[in-house]
Amino acid sequence: MRKLALSDEILLKIEKPARYIGNEVNSVNKDASKVDVRFCMCFPDVYEIGMSHLGIQILYDMFNRREDTWCERVYSPWTDLDQIMRREKIPLFALESQEPLKCFDFLGITIQYEMCYTNVLQILDLGRIPLLARQRQEDDPIVIGGGPCTYNPEPLADFFDLFYIGEGETVYYQLLDAYKDNKKCGGSRREFLELAAGIEGIYVPSFYDVDYYEDGTISSFTPNNAHAGERIKKQAVIDVSRTYYPEKPVVPFIKATQDRVVLEIQRGCIRGCRFCQAGMIYRPIRERDLEVLKDYAHKMVRNTGHEEISLSSLSSSDYSELKELVSFLIEEFAGKGINISLPSLRIDAFSLDVMQKVQDIRKSSLTFAPEAGSQRLRDVINKGLTEEIILDGAAQAFAGGWTKVKLYFMLGLPGETEDDIMGIAHLAEAVARRYYEIPKEQRSGKCQITASTSFFVPKPFTPFQWETMHTEEEYIAKARLVNQEFREQHNRKSLRYNWHEPDVTVLEGVFARGDRRVGQALLAAYRLGCLFDAWTEEFDNVKWMQAFADTGIDIGFYNLRQRSSAENLPWDFIDIGVSKEFLLRERENAMKEHVTPNCRIRCAGCGMGTFEGGLCIESTSQVS
Amino acid sequence: MKVRVKFRKFGAIKFVGHLDLLRYFQKAMRRADIPIAFSGGYSPHMIMSFAHPLGVGLTSEGDYFDIELTEPISSREAVERLNKVMVEGTEVVSFTAIPEEKKCAGMSIVTAADYHSSLKTGELPDDYRDLAERFFAQPEIIILKQTKRSEQMVDIKPMIYRFQGRDHGFFMSVATGSAQNLKPDLVMKAFLRSAGWPEDNMIFQYHRLETYADGADGNLIPLEKLGWEIL
Repeated sequence: MRKLALSDEILLKIEKPARYIGNEVNSVNKDASKVDVRFCMCFPDVYEIGMSHLGIQILYDMFNRREDTWCERVYSPWTDLDQIMRREKIPLFALESQEPLKCFDFLGITIQYEMCYTNVLQILDLGRIPLLARQRQEDDPIVIGGGPCTYNPEPLADFFDLFYIGEGETVYYQLLDAYKDNKKCGGSRREFLELAAGIEGIYVPSFYDVDYYEDGTISSFTPNNAHAGERIKKQAVIDVSRTYYPEKPVVPFIKATQDRVVLEIQRGCIRGCRFCQAGMIYRPIRERDLEVLKDYAHKMVRNTGHEEISLSSLSSSDYSELKELVSFLIEEFAGKGINISLPSLRIDAFSLDVMQKVQDIRKSSLTFAPEAGSQRLRDVINKGLTEEIILDGAAQAFAGGWTKVKLYFMLGLPGETEDDIMGIAHLAEAVARRYYEIPKEQRSGKCQITASTSFFVPKPFTPFQWETMHTEEEYIAKARLVNQEFREQHNRKSLRYNWHEPDVTVLEGVFARGDRRVGQALLAAYRLGCLFDAWTEEFDNVKWMQAFADTGIDIGFYNLRQRSSAENLPWDFIDIGVSKEFLLRERENAMKEHVTPNCRIRCAGCGMGTFEGGLCIESTSQVS
Repeated sequence: MKVRVKFRKFGAIKFVGHLDLLRYFQKAMRRADIPIAFSGGYSPHMIMSFAHPLGVGLTSEGDYFDIELTEPISSREAVERLNKVMVEGTEVVSFTAIPEEKKCAGMSIVTAADYHSSLKTGELPDDYRDLAERFFAQPEIIILKQTKRSEQMVDIKPMIYRFQGRDHGFFMSVATGSAQNLKPDLVMKAFLRSAGWPEDNMIFQYHRLETYADGADGNLIPLEKLGWEIL
């Protein structure tokens, strides 16, 4: 039997000890002495969140298919265990072997949101790995970063040996082979990093020098090592139907946030919403074959025993064979006590029909994401959802028996006016009105319309990457204005309004578009005790502000400034396939309130048509 | 058809709590393709009820849950299929048909359970058997029972059916279930006090050996013995 890294005494003292014991169904155990490469995959948040992440499940399966490699997992110890590990000097360990991270060749950390950055440092720190890449020795693991936040890796540059930019399925094997070869030849850490730098999509931050102008903007970003290329090309899978996908994902003992079979039906999105980073960086749209998905559904249910299947994509309604897939799932599984859940679905006659079949209408609510309160601003952000579509969808839903509607909006979008802001309340009111137009005897009581706003954070590689953000006070004023307007509405008793606190938004802004220098503030914040910043009850803004003050890093420089299109942006060296010209063109269109049709209606010439020899099928089919 | 499943829980799985273990077995049923019945309604769930939940940290070789089948499956095949999809630390021991009547359901009929407790580290003093005998020979064993609202002195002796030193630890048979319930650690606490051993440095691992119902003749009868093998 495996020996656990933590004693019974500790495990019985902490919350949810099953987070730390490993040995879950479908987890992989190997003989460490019989593998060449030991890889530890990390999601820097608590187990239940990390175990819900599809990307790690894909790579875990893909790596463990190799006989020479053993891939294990680690997640952030919750604050209770964190304190015990520090006090009792227990090194952080991987779940499978229960051995310290120090024993591994690689530590791969997926970086999904900015507010997990202090947790990255916690993992390194508890793992006894020097926080700064330049301080690491030959026997320290190679620390790799990946995931959406690494499309601007610069704020984390000092802490990582290398970043993998893009989808993991393409060159990870090449990277592992290079490591093995280098180890066999007795090569050094530096020699491996040089080999890695030669692989497309791999960015070794220490091989680049950054210089700045007096005004703080970047003057040059240049390789200082002959193996490092000028530009790093994002990795994308060409044929998503014939690539790695786990038939036996790991099934956690404790309830994870995603406790279900996840079928990734497609990658990329045709919509082109101008605020959306995922919509740009994951281009082009690539659909997974229907028959392949059916086969996976069967195998994954059998191998996991999950009671729910969920579809995953940025916009499921755009999957061309959605109807066939959904009817298949309902026919095959709904009768066997397996739920079908369909997130990110456009509300229309089809989706309402499906939802009536698969969920309890009395309990469920319908979700719309208009993102902006006025048609004018929705045109600015290229959200092709009109008030008419929303109200028609809501009317159909009300007729079908739903009474709860959720509406998601953003505040602080570029060019936002007071009218746009107040439009949020007006749209919610219009939805409620639509409900009360139904004759009293045909409706069941009151409706409940809940509007939520978050504050917009401009992200790299979007048409809004040059835009300014606002101060915390300005954000609060915007939310207050919405709140006030809600109180003026006729049906206010059926309306609810929630907003997120703006302090986290400010930090997200700094780290989303920051350069290498902001890493100092991150390190200072961690040293002051910041951890689990994505958890409201753990987030401590006072310490964060202290960290910025102590390191002399000016938040205003990163957030409260319109960048010129000529400015060297920290992430310019990454080639995502979507051109800067396109982003600038889209920015122009935004200012003119021009809508750009989706990729299937008309190719907008974003650049993916020529990337990697024509990765985008949509564009080639347009041309022919 | 109603079925009773007996299972063992050991090793690291002892840190998986009762509700998570329930979910674990539900998923195992599906992986093993056991023809289990579901409740009706909008969100159907598997019909599965545990006889007596085991606390976090305890191991067991005599735990039970009852399920309902939509069609029969042989006991041998069910045990084999289930164990094929289990991880180390859980093992199905038996799979037996039980009477359909409500009054036979595992949860309501449990009256006793056997436990073995052993020191997590270190050795017991040599005279542990004698001390156990003396402890059990007392006419009454009074302890201070603390609940959320009150504290009271209670005599737990009537709820201890047997207590003896055995295999470098202690064997005990105690009242368990909805009518009367005595936790094994309370018994050990009382014993340590009576033996004059230091409570703080003696930490015990508790292992449930068997769960019982009252038999027709007044004897305790293991829950699985109330069922019969499905051929």
